[in-house]
Amino acid sequence: MLGVSLDQYGFLVQGAFWTVVLSLMGFVGGTIVGLPVALARISRGWFLCRLSSVYVQFVQGIPLPVIMFVVYFGVSIYGFDVNALVAAAIAMTLYSSAYLGEIWKGCIQAVPKTQWEAGECLALTNLQRFIYVILPQALRIAVPPTVGFLVQIVKNTSYSVVIGFFDLTYSAKILNNATFKPFVIFTAAALIYFAICFPLSRYARRFELRLHRRNA
Amino acid sequence: MTVISMNSVHTPVAPQDGTQPMVSFRDVRKSFGALEVLKGIDLDVMPGQVAALIGRSGSGKSTALRCINGLEKINGGELTVCGRNLRARDFELRELRKEVGIVFQSYNLFPHLTVEQNVTLAPRKVNGLDAAESHALAAEVLEQVGLSDKASSYPEQLSGGQQQRVAIARSLAMRPKLMLFDEVTSALDPELTGEVLRVIGKLAAGGMTMVLVTHEMAFARQVADLVVYMHQGRVWEAGKGTMLDDPQTVELRQFVGSGL
Ligand SMILES: Nc1ncnc2c1ncn2[C@@H]1O[C@H](COP(=O)(O)OP(=O)(O)O)[C@@H](O)[C@H]1O
Ligand SMILES: [Mg+2]
Repeated sequence: MLGVSLDQYGFLVQGAFWTVVLSLMGFVGGTIVGLPVALARISRGWFLCRLSSVYVQFVQGIPLPVIMFVVYFGVSIYGFDVNALVAAAIAMTLYSSAYLGEIWKGCIQAVPKTQWEAGECLALTNLQRFIYVILPQALRIAVPPTVGFLVQIVKNTSYSVVIGFFDLTYSAKILNNATFKPFVIFTAAALIYFAICFPLSRYARRFELRLHRRNA
Repeated sequence: MTVISMNSVHTPVAPQDGTQPMVSFRDVRKSFGALEVLKGIDLDVMPGQVAALIGRSGSGKSTALRCINGLEKINGGELTVCGRNLRARDFELRELRKEVGIVFQSYNLFPHLTVEQNVTLAPRKVNGLDAAESHALAAEVLEQVGLSDKASSYPEQLSGGQQQRVAIARSLAMRPKLMLFDEVTSALDPELTGEVLRVIGKLAAGGMTMVLVTHEMAFARQVADLVVYMHQGRVWEAGKGTMLDDPQTVELRQFVGSGL
């Protein structure tokens, strides 16, 4: 097909599989780290609030490829032999936790203060108020921006090419070196990225519209 | 200060038969920054009494009410609620909240929970009721506010009047000793205020101790044992509902005359 064999397209699909794997790892890691970051950002404790704010600003101030380099090469200096997948997953975790933490902080703050007060007046503890009153409402608000950010995660996994992680971009690069058909191959890669991301953004958009209609 | 009127007007104080007031303000002061909002409030509400706070917007009614359940901390004086001194060292805010219910103008229902879940959340989490107990409790308090058929509805599916009645039921489910109402009908269309006032009237008739801030003069006159006219952060005049027919101060006369 267009001078590229079916096997070679299969090679791209293999790369796409690892793109999805890395995206999921980045999202799961980003959630595990990002949720405490969001909580620390809204905490009344001065230290936690400052610390998480510095973390977010620090990570957001560094380009993702540089984070990849630092994790990949930096860690191996200390004698740990990290493979590219682990390094890329750690880098994606750092990156997405900073953004997700900030997104979720906004979602928690978007729940009206009167909801905290209503819970307080019913003698619920702080933790109970958060878990039963605030969190469910914040989650609902969080779905569209979180799914939207998933698209960013998927696209940005392509930076792992700098540390030689085998993903969709990397497989396309290898294939191009073998076939010299850059237009066909990179277009194919672009279509695969689009096929992964488009349903996500569609879903985010639909959910957002539904929320708006509910609130109208 | 021209508060000569303060001397001539008596704030009812507890009778001398040993019953303790449910709510007792003694020279209570409250400031927000440099703005002194409560300038020495004295007020007693006895068990079973209904006190109605009336007065112009900004006179400190909501602040006084919010002090009662500790939503605002007082800066001076003594405030005792349900036998607890709110300024005592060992004072526990959550213990007070178990005994004092409050309903706001804006309902503040939990939008993600059904009516029954709204009503039973605190009884289950705070008082440890199990599923069967809380279900029975929900049935009971929803019946009290006339919404037995709405247990599985979500707040957004209800009218304002119905939402406000759910908010009342949610408070009642904690079996409070004292209920506070802050202009609970002010956000409602006129045709919906009646259903909410009827519920409150029924509570009053049932002996519930209540403090309510209201603009409904006819209602205040009808249900309140004690009407408290607040003006510029003070109790300007207080007495039975008939006080409104014969104001002692120019301010109350103007306020009553303005039809507010
Ligand atoms: N949280 C607050 N911070 C600052 N000022 C406040 C706050 N709450 C109320 N006030 C001020 O206190 C005064 C009395 O308010 P409020 O008790 O709400 O009066 P009312 O309920 O009688 O209308 C107003 O001037 C109001 O602006
Ligand atoms: Mg008010």
